[in-house]
Amino acid sequence: MSTLEIDRVRKTYGNLEVLKEVSISIGTGDFLVLLGPSGCGKSTLLNMIAGLENISGGEVRIAGKVVNELSPKDRDIAMVFQSYALYPTMTVRQNIEFGMKIRGIPPAHREKAVRAAAELLQITHLLDRKPSQLSGGQRQRVAMGRAIVRQPKLFLFDEPLSNLDAKLRVDMRTEIKRLHARLGTTIVYVTHDQIEAMTLATRVAVMKGGVVQQLDEPQTVYDRPANVYVARFVGSPAMNIIPGKIEIEGGSATAVIEVANRQAARVSGINLSSQAASKYANRKVLIGIRPEMFSVGNGQTEGAVSVDVDVVEPTGPDTLAVFQLGGVEVTARLPPKQVSARTPATLSVDTSKVVLFDPDSEELIN
Amino acid sequence: MANALSQQTQIGDALLQKNRMRLGRLFIYCPLAVMAVLYLMPLWVMVVTSLKPLDEIYGGSFIGPPQTVTLDAWRAAWSQACIGTECTGLKPYFVNSLLMVIPAVVLSTGIGAINGYILTKWRFPGANFVFGLLLFGCFLPYQAILIPMARTLGLLGLAGSIPGLIFVHVAYGICFTTLFFRNYFVSLPDELTKAAMVDGAGFFRIFWSVILPTSIPIIVVSCIWQFTQIWNDFLFGVSFTSGGNSPITVALNNIVNVTTGRKQYNVDMAAAMIAAIPTLFVYIVAGRYFVRGLTAGAVKG
Repeated sequence: MSTLEIDRVRKTYGNLEVLKEVSISIGTGDFLVLLGPSGCGKSTLLNMIAGLENISGGEVRIAGKVVNELSPKDRDIAMVFQSYALYPTMTVRQNIEFGMKIRGIPPAHREKAVRAAAELLQITHLLDRKPSQLSGGQRQRVAMGRAIVRQPKLFLFDEPLSNLDAKLRVDMRTEIKRLHARLGTTIVYVTHDQIEAMTLATRVAVMKGGVVQQLDEPQTVYDRPANVYVARFVGSPAMNIIPGKIEIEGGSATAVIEVANRQAARVSGINLSSQAASKYANRKVLIGIRPEMFSVGNGQTEGAVSVDVDVVEPTGPDTLAVFQLGGVEVTARLPPKQVSARTPATLSVDTSKVVLFDPDSEELIN
Repeated sequence: MANALSQQTQIGDALLQKNRMRLGRLFIYCPLAVMAVLYLMPLWVMVVTSLKPLDEIYGGSFIGPPQTVTLDAWRAAWSQACIGTECTGLKPYFVNSLLMVIPAVVLSTGIGAINGYILTKWRFPGANFVFGLLLFGCFLPYQAILIPMARTLGLLGLAGSIPGLIFVHVAYGICFTTLFFRNYFVSLPDELTKAAMVDGAGFFRIFWSVILPTSIPIIVVSCIWQFTQIWNDFLFGVSFTSGGNSPITVALNNIVNVTTGRKQYNVDMAAAMIAAIPTLFVYIVAGRYFVRGLTAGAVKG
């Protein structure tokens, strides 16, 4: 039993409201990622769960127990920090057993726990070294070892991979995922990297300005973003948000997009509830199309658009084509060598996945 | 032909440049040597005078090396010279100074370390203001507080005693030691304290086990600074102690200024050097940490 409930939690510094009634609830074994840009309040929220920051309002419950007034050591949590925060004068072994020492666990038990954690993380040969003699990845492992020996109800990770180089970051990401599968402990993980969120999480909370924008499974966040902000933040390259108009013909919705010097593009066969269809018929909307929803078509398929490709950026597995559509710059992810720069192309759109947003509220239209 | 010529000129140029460089070096080294001699002259005079018998000094030899080397003056300064009415030499006052300087250095460094720790890792509203006030203490002219401090010591019942002097030195040392430690701790990542808190460590545990072990360089800096300041202090010593409780600087002054008959130049010089030896010793033993500590920035984890 290690659930986490964040119930209408608020954080204020004087008159400045950093978190506005945040509510998140996850179950045992969940991997929650708090995703957002710097200053969105995600690290503050994590520190509040850890007990390193006061809670201005609302309740945090770990395994059903309110922990608002408990100090960090009594919350049954362990935390991994961005800078690893290893104690510089202690050896790896002393770093890992420091917490146990304070809790008065006998040396024999400590040694056993350190061994087990070190074997799990493959750092046994490093136990007598000082942190300054370790590489970034090794320090990261030691920091995780320090957390593991605690056997907490909740692991807290504060941007643990952002100090590593790109290659190591991917390796450690896999490592963390494997660790989670192995230990099954509930994890709260803060990051600004949407790929980390997508790959690691069982639940993602996208945050902006102290408000949770969406709390869902990563695939849902990707496929059905709750608003334009989430749509743009998750996915790389970002989702294209194109202004257009909705026309209803016989129960099927068609998005009409103005194209400069050409006939307007018509993307038909968009899923829309009858309620939404009647509300948005002949109205302006924002059309969300992910780059990979485009494909090279023959011009006859439904939802085909003719465009002038401006720039192509080959990435290896596929090529990004940039063009103008509906007055905005749009990126399509296409197979390599199918289109070239400064030439016209006809692209078809996978309409089943297209999403629509209200132009005023920027919320998803269901 | 033209080529050879240009090569020759090149060689000539190089030689000329080399000569010019030598000349430049000469211009640098000559004044430096002169300055060094000028600076070391008094020390030389002190050393040779202290090793001469008094008659030789009065015979007119002042700067020259001693004809007969004798340690009598050192012996006299250490254990026989008269200070006031007591002819005990500097020895008891040297002990006084040690009894004063060791607790004063330990206390002021310890308090400075805790202050710096609180001001950086346990910040409270108004922490910067408090730090500002402490900094103010660094610029305080000590003459200004002599009378209020004398009154305070009187009220505390510490007037004229070595504990009283320790109290004054600790009080006025804290501003410097706090400054040292705060600036050092500010570069330690806050996550270090947070990690220790999550590990279950409290205020003092974090201080002892995590913060202090990383602070050896700044502890050395603080100790050297405080030792030098307190050992060399004359103003507080002469104002707040009397007679047998005086520190060595006050006793030295008495040896030199209160003499009957011929002025014992050799004893004066030896006494002055005895008074200076501890600070020299501390600097030589721990000096390399001093420079390192002053320049050391963040502790890279």
